[in-house]
Amino acid sequence: MLDVRGLRKVYEASGRHVEAVRDLTFTVGAGELVCLVGPSGCGKTTLLKCVGGLLAPTAGEVLLRGRRVTGPPPGLAFVFQEYGRSLFPWMRVGENVELPLRQKGLPRSRRRELVAGALRSVGLSDASGAYPWQLSGGMQQRVAIARALAYEPDVLLMDEPFAAVDAQTRADLEDLVRGLWRQRGITILFVTHDIDEAVYLGERVVVLSASPTVVREELKVDLPDPRDQLTTRVEPRFAELRTRVYRQIQAAKRSAEPGPRGAVEKDTDAPADQAPSAT
Amino acid sequence: MRGSGALLGAAGLAGFLALCEAVPRLGVVDADYFPPAARVGDALLTELGDRSFWTALGDTLTGWALGLSIAVTAGVLAGVVIAVVPHLRELTASTVEFLRPIPSVALIPLAVLLYGTALRSVLLLVVYAAFWQVLVQVLYGVRDVDPVAEETARSYGLGTWARGRYVLWPTALPYVMTGVRLAASVALILAVTAELVIGAPGLGARIAVAQTSQAVPEMYALIVVTGLLGLLVNVGARTVERRALAWHQSVRGEVTV
Amino acid sequence: MSRALLRLSYALALPAVLMAVWWLASADSTNVYWPPLRTVLKTFPDVWTPGRLRADVVPSLLRLAGGYLTAAVVGVALGTVIGSYRRVRSVCEPVMEFLRAVPPPVLVPVIMLFAGIGDTMKVLVIASGCVWPVLLNTVEGVRAVDPVLAETARSYGVRGVARLKDLVLPSASPQIFAGLRQALSVGIILMVISEMFAASDGLGFTVVQFQRGFALPEMWTGILVLGLLGFLLSVLFQVVERRALGWYHGRRAVGRRPGGRS
Repeated sequence: MLDVRGLRKVYEASGRHVEAVRDLTFTVGAGELVCLVGPSGCGKTTLLKCVGGLLAPTAGEVLLRGRRVTGPPPGLAFVFQEYGRSLFPWMRVGENVELPLRQKGLPRSRRRELVAGALRSVGLSDASGAYPWQLSGGMQQRVAIARALAYEPDVLLMDEPFAAVDAQTRADLEDLVRGLWRQRGITILFVTHDIDEAVYLGERVVVLSASPTVVREELKVDLPDPRDQLTTRVEPRFAELRTRVYRQIQAAKRSAEPGPRGAVEKDTDAPADQAPSAT
Repeated sequence: MRGSGALLGAAGLAGFLALCEAVPRLGVVDADYFPPAARVGDALLTELGDRSFWTALGDTLTGWALGLSIAVTAGVLAGVVIAVVPHLRELTASTVEFLRPIPSVALIPLAVLLYGTALRSVLLLVVYAAFWQVLVQVLYGVRDVDPVAEETARSYGLGTWARGRYVLWPTALPYVMTGVRLAASVALILAVTAELVIGAPGLGARIAVAQTSQAVPEMYALIVVTGLLGLLVNVGARTVERRALAWHQSVRGEVTV
Repeated sequence: MSRALLRLSYALALPAVLMAVWWLASADSTNVYWPPLRTVLKTFPDVWTPGRLRADVVPSLLRLAGGYLTAAVVGVALGTVIGSYRRVRSVCEPVMEFLRAVPPPVLVPVIMLFAGIGDTMKVLVIASGCVWPVLLNTVEGVRAVDPVLAETARSYGVRGVARLKDLVLPSASPQIFAGLRQALSVGIILMVISEMFAASDGLGFTVVQFQRGFALPEMWTGILVLGLLGFLLSVLFQVVERRALGWYHGRRAVGRRPGGRS
C-alpha cells in the first residue's frame, strides 16, 4: 500500500544544512497498523509530512499504491498532534468534519450521512453543533479523528495524536483507534514517541534512530487480538517487546552524534514554507 | 532574507515614484492636478529652503507634542484611578463607552468660537482624540491582570501600593505603550486637521493656502511632508514600544528562570 | 434581578450626575458660548425636524456608507493578495507604510482637484482614508494563518476559493474587524471634514453654518447629534462584530477562564 524508499530530507537555510532524515526505507501493507517510534527530535514529523505529500523529500520517494506522492494525495488523511490548532475554530464540529467532503464534491445527503457516521464512531453524535473550543482536549482529538474517518481514506497518518492529552483520555483514544482500524480496515501509520503506546497499538513497530534518521529495527508485535488496556499490558510478551524497543531507543540516543539537538528538533517541526533560521 | 526584503521594498518605492512620474507625463491624468514626481520633488526642495515652512513644521510639532503629552498624562492618571478605586470602573464604563466614539471633529465649531486660530484650538481637538486611545488601553491592560498573580500577591500580604507596582503596572505597561503609539498617530492627524480646517498656523494651514492659491506641486510637497512626519511618528513610537517591552520581557524572563 | 438593577444603576449613575452638573452649572449662564443646557435641549426638536434629518443626516450617512463599504471591499481584497505572497508584501510594504501615515484629512484638497466638490469627492475622501487600516490589518491577519491549520487544509485538498473562504478569511477576520473598527472612526471624521470644506448639505455643513451664523444653541445641538451618531454607529459595529466573531470571543473567553484551555 505504502512504500517509502531511500527517503532523505535536508533542510537548507542561509547556507546551513540540517539533515533531518538520512535514509529511510520501509513498507506498510494494505490494512496494516504500523507504529513508528523513535527518540524525540528524530525527524518523525518530517518523515510523516513527506509521506503525506506536505513536504518534498530531498531524495528518495514515497509510493502510495504504486503511485509516487508529489502533493497531498486523495485517499490519505492526516491527524495532527496539535488538535487545538488543526480544527477550524470558526466552524462547528459538524462543519469541521464536513469541510473535506465538500472539497471532494460529494452531494449533501451523502455528506450528512458520512459526518453523522463518523461522529457516531468516535462517540460524539451530540457534539455536532458545538464549537471545537467548547470541547475538552480529548474530545477535540476525537473530532479530528472523525474528520479523517469521514474522508474515507485508504491510509491514515497520525502524528503523535495523543501526546497532548491526559493519560486516561489517552487510553480511551488508543482503544478507539484500534477499534476503528479493526472495523474499517484502514491502513494506519501511527507516529509516537511513547514506547508502550507503540507496542500496544501496532501490528508492527518500526524503531527509528536519532536524527539524521534511519530505520534501526522493525519488529512484529505478536500480541493477541483484541487488545485490552488491562490484560494486554500485563502480558509477559508485552513486557518483552517493550523492553526490546526501549533498549533500541536508548542505544539510538547514545549513538546519536553530539550536536545541536535542540536546533535539529526545531528544524524538523518547522512548517514547510518557513526556513528553520526563522527560529 | 532580510536583505532581499529591503531590496524588494526599495524596488517597490522606486516603482511607486516612477509611476507617479509616468502617469501625468503620459497624460493618464491631468498634470495640473497630479504633477509628476520630479516637480513635486522640486517644490519640496523649495519648501525646505523656505524659513516659513520650518516655522509651520515647528507649529505642527508643538501642537502634536503638547497635545500628546497632556493626553497621555491624563489618560494614564485617569486609567489608574479608575482601576484602583473600587466601583469606579463600573461607574465610568457607560460614560467612557459613550464619550469615546464621539468624533473629535465635532468639537471644531466650538474650538473656533472659543479660541479662534490659537494653539489652544488645536490642543482641544488633539487632546480629546488622543486621550481616549490611552485611557481605553490602560483600562484593557488593568483588566488583563492575571487573577492568579493577583491572588498570589495578596496571599503574600502585598499591599495596594506593592501590588500596583509589581503586578498591575508590569501587566498594563504593554497596553500603555500601545495606547501611546495609537495616540501619537491620532494626535498628528488631528493636529494637521485642525490647522487645515480651522486655519491655526502649521503645515495644515499651509496646505490650505497652497490649495486656494492653486499651487498644486507645493500642496503635494506639503502632503508628502505630513506623510513622512506620520511615518516618523509611527516608526519612532514602535521603536520606543519595542525597547520598553524588550526591557520588560527580559526582566520578567529573569524572574521566571 | 437585583443584580441587573445594580448594573443598570451603575451604568446610569455617572451620566445622570454629569447631566445634572451640566444643567445646574449652565442654568444661569449668560455666556453666549455656553448656553444653558435647558435652552439647548429645548432647541433640539426645533432644529432636528424630520425634514432636516432627511435633508442633512441622510446624505451624510449615505456618503459615509458608500466610502466605508468601498474601502472595506478594496482593503480586504488587496490585503488578501498582498498578505498571501511574501514578495508582493516586501515590495509594497514601504509604500503602504508611507501612504498610511499621511493624515487622511489632507486628502480632501487633493481629491477636490479631481472630483470637484460633489458627492463623489466626499465618498472618495472617505474611501481613501478608510482603506489603509483595513488593508494593513488584513495583510497582517492573512499572513498570520496558523501553519498547522494551513497544513490541515492542504492535506485535505482544500484550495482555491474554498481555501480563501474557509481558511484564510475567517482566520484573518479578527484582524480585519480591528481594521474596520479603526476605519469607522476615520470615516466619521472624514465625513464631517469633507462637508465642512465644501458642501451644500450634510451634518458637517450644517454645524459649521450654525457656528458662522452665531446660532449657538443650534450649534450645540449639532455637536450633540454628531456625538450621538458616533456613539450609535459604534454600537451598531459592536453588534455586527459580536455576531461575526462569536467564535473568536467565545474561544478567548474559554482561554481566559482560570484552568481553561489556552
